[in-house]
Amino acid sequence: MSSGTLYDKVWDLHRVADLPGGSTQLFIGLHLIHEVTSPQAFAALEDKGLAVRCPQRTVATVDHIVPTTSQARPFADPLAEEMLSTLERNCSNHGITLHGLGSGRQGIVHVIAPELGLTQPGMTVACGDSHTSTHGAFGAIAFGIGTSQVRDVLASQSLAMNKLKVRRIWVENKLSPGVFAKDLILHVIRSLGVKAGVGHAYEFAGPAIEALSMEERMTLCNMAIEGGARCGYVNPDQTTFDYLHGRAEAPTAEAWDRALTWWRSLASGADARFDDEVRFDAATIAPTVTWGITPGQGIGVDETVPTPEQLDPADRPIAEEAYRYMDLAPGQAIAGVPVDVCFIGSCTNGRLSDLQAAAAVAKGRHVASGIRAFVVPGSEQVARAAEAEGLDAVFREAGFEWREPGCSMCLAMNPDRLEGRQISASSSNRNFKGRQGSASGRTLLMSPAMVAAAAITGQVRDVRQLNWMTSDD
Amino acid sequence: MVRGRALVLRGDDIDTDRIIPARFLKCVSFEALGAQAFADDRQELAGRHPFDQSVHAGASILVVNDNFGCGSSREHAPQALMRWGIRALVGVSFAEIFYGNCLALGIPCATAASQQISLLQDAVAADPSENWLLDLNGLTFSGGSVSEPIQVASGALDMLRSGQWDATGQLVARDDELTRTMDNLPYLRGF
Repeated sequence: MSSGTLYDKVWDLHRVADLPGGSTQLFIGLHLIHEVTSPQAFAALEDKGLAVRCPQRTVATVDHIVPTTSQARPFADPLAEEMLSTLERNCSNHGITLHGLGSGRQGIVHVIAPELGLTQPGMTVACGDSHTSTHGAFGAIAFGIGTSQVRDVLASQSLAMNKLKVRRIWVENKLSPGVFAKDLILHVIRSLGVKAGVGHAYEFAGPAIEALSMEERMTLCNMAIEGGARCGYVNPDQTTFDYLHGRAEAPTAEAWDRALTWWRSLASGADARFDDEVRFDAATIAPTVTWGITPGQGIGVDETVPTPEQLDPADRPIAEEAYRYMDLAPGQAIAGVPVDVCFIGSCTNGRLSDLQAAAAVAKGRHVASGIRAFVVPGSEQVARAAEAEGLDAVFREAGFEWREPGCSMCLAMNPDRLEGRQISASSSNRNFKGRQGSASGRTLLMSPAMVAAAAITGQVRDVRQLNWMTSDD
Repeated sequence: MVRGRALVLRGDDIDTDRIIPARFLKCVSFEALGAQAFADDRQELAGRHPFDQSVHAGASILVVNDNFGCGSSREHAPQALMRWGIRALVGVSFAEIFYGNCLALGIPCATAASQQISLLQDAVAADPSENWLLDLNGLTFSGGSVSEPIQVASGALDMLRSGQWDATGQLVARDDELTRTMDNLPYLRGF
């Protein structure tokens, strides 16, 4: 059993009571809601005649269903319009802050809460969305929940939870140029598998993690769930504090100094005990691309699609299904696979540094003939910051579409989707069958820089071969 | 205790996007989801999907493999299964959020070792008309001449046995303790 880890400390501070049956009632410090998983929760709350316990600890935005071309109301899709107006009504009735379209603060829920300074070290964060693990980047304990649990948080600002085991993922050395946090997490999931994290929180630690920016840490923790871990986190450090300082909802003046003292005390100590530990070497990781239908089916861009013989026998049936579905042959090189659509955005990779990395590749080049490529900033703040430094112009001149913020083609609950058998190079998080809106559509997950390289060349291409340098190299 | 006919869905890592594709999440109520369970898989298999076969109409126990329900946190997934008619699942393992979402609806997700699941899947497939019993007291899953031990985590088992899987009441009842916890949290009192 773990002890002395950040997870243990935050868990203990938020414990309300032991419940019959052995679970723990855990206080939720920050509850984030959006239009897809909350309407039934509000309806259930009203059915039970209950009020929202702490309306000031729930914050709402709209992201999944918003169109990324015109966001004029009412939306062309009446179902999307109904979902947003239901959220607006619920927030208004219950005194919950909604960062709506055009507010300057709207965006993907896992992009806006950090950029507003809502997500802070030592908090428990819950949201009806599995990528809530993102917020663990700040040393928060953050996890996705279902709609019944959204109802529970609204009613009681708490959840019935079971404590997880803690696995430390220790990463030595440093990522090479052209290799990003996205490649690191795809490599971790490829190595450990998509269900290794079930029942665990992943603590990401070691020199390679400490060297990551906050936005990179968010990418990393975002995809912990794709490895089965409901929550992933990084211990807070100076990088965390520098990011938070001056944010709208961050503490100020003397409260900031007191917060720093407390936040510093939360990190897993030298005497912390983990349930287990896995080690990686960042320097050996290549840009990583998925070839199959689970995020665990990833390979280095210089590798070939694994043959059944190279796989564990238990992994062969789903690999066989993936060869058929993806129309990729065992032994085939992933580099050179032609793509149709290139998508840069999502809660995994829709932040300013992601757009900067992709723009550095796109600058002075042009999207290959026949390729549809588009960039969807993660939030209104990201969009305005990118426009202020001219990234929208770089993308437009290179033949990319520049869109309004939203979840877009990550899950295609809006007009952005694949058609038929189209194959996408995507900076999102899931390559499940049908995920991007076409029942036979195909997805190759990769970093934003790799998506830009695919857009320019029309095929999967090692971004390191494009004579490309980031501005700080 | 869940009694009924069973059906088999083979394959590891069946994700919630397959159970209920995202386009069906555009709704403000769960009511219509039953008909849309596995919509894309069913379309691909053109009538050969177990959920489309008339011999399985009315079945209520779904026997699956490893890591069932991985991916998105959408409660729409168990809601769709429940509204199709599923009252219990038996499998090698379940993704965590899916498991919790099922529990919140009173749907047991029982587990058994991979070999037992294979054996059970073969037995269920051999006679779709057989009646099966998921016994939460004896912790067995049995039908005809086959009976295999199953596991359910102790906390979930207590909730399912007592019928108290709806946590809201328990959580709301401890408001004094909740207030005490809040009073001790640095970020709620100016650090």
